[in-house]
Amino acid sequence: MYFIEPHIHIASRTTDDIQAMARAGCVAVGEPAFWMGYDRSNVGGFYDYFRQLTEWEPKRTANYGIRHFAWMGLNAKEAENVPFAREVIALLPEFLDKPDVLGVGEIGLHKCTKNELATLRELIELALGRDELLLFHTPHLEHKLMGTRMILDLLRADSRVNRDRVWIDHCEEHTIRLVRDEGYWAGLTLYPTTKVTPERAVDMIEIYGPERLLVTSSADWGPSDPLAITAMMAVMRRRGHEESLIRRIVYENPLTFMRQCRRFDFTPPQ
Amino acid sequence: MSTSSSASKMLDSEFLGMRCRLIDLAASLDRIDRSDGAPPADPRMAQIRRGLEILAGDAHDRATRVQLEFSLPCDSNPSPLTPRP
Repeated sequence: MYFIEPHIHIASRTTDDIQAMARAGCVAVGEPAFWMGYDRSNVGGFYDYFRQLTEWEPKRTANYGIRHFAWMGLNAKEAENVPFAREVIALLPEFLDKPDVLGVGEIGLHKCTKNELATLRELIELALGRDELLLFHTPHLEHKLMGTRMILDLLRADSRVNRDRVWIDHCEEHTIRLVRDEGYWAGLTLYPTTKVTPERAVDMIEIYGPERLLVTSSADWGPSDPLAITAMMAVMRRRGHEESLIRRIVYENPLTFMRQCRRFDFTPPQ
Repeated sequence: MSTSSSASKMLDSEFLGMRCRLIDLAASLDRIDRSDGAPPADPRMAQIRRGLEILAGDAHDRATRVQLEFSLPCDSNPSPLTPRP
């Protein structure tokens, strides 16, 4: 079965990983801009990184038949210095105009500070002003509930937000209902220790259903598995779920969400 | 939506994994006890104890309850949109 990996940091993965994903049936990936494991010292570091996501990584995945789509944004961990963040935000329109860029992401909160929130407001403003898709990172661990609710409150206060075009990622058992009840797309992240395991992701599919649900590996430079989606597919099969439901989760749902981007141009394999 | 498995079949499938994770958790607690110093005053140990109480309860949303136990306080009213300093 083909699958789409809607959230993975290919820049952190080896070519062997890309090859393994292709062999497992991956036909397209989404790569959000994120924190690369260190704070960049100047705005040029971001410019080069955005070029990497829009020029180099698409070539690497194309070598194995995988289409690469990127998201442009400023992650919450580097959003604390608001004047610096503004310099980075000023770079984004150039890259948002590129053909395989899906929208603004991943943006969000980390420690839920005043400065993170100020930067986030500016990023949302940029996205809404350009009618872009939005991808939100919700904080880790003990900050997740608070940060998720702050993001939901921000969005609820803006009448321009079209909830069909917003993906709130890294949901877990205590936040998925909040996100789904308000009509947003919810993302589940398959991580070995933090976030959710394949088994818990399938639990949430069973409890909440497949509507507006995306499952990803978010594989990056930390403990993570670029084939985590296939592990979740195996759990679904073991529990007796139909192939049509598995296909909806791993292929049709990502395609439905991504297709809302006016630049999205992808011919699904037959 | 739910699986077509009966509870009995699900227990067959889950039992050894649950047993293993329980023993892992017990061994972690033993390891902390064997280490130098006195951990019980650490609030994280109290969180672990409360998490274990949730597991031993009858609620059908234990995973959500454990998640809430490990979350910063966040009242629903008023909104938490007041950021931390």
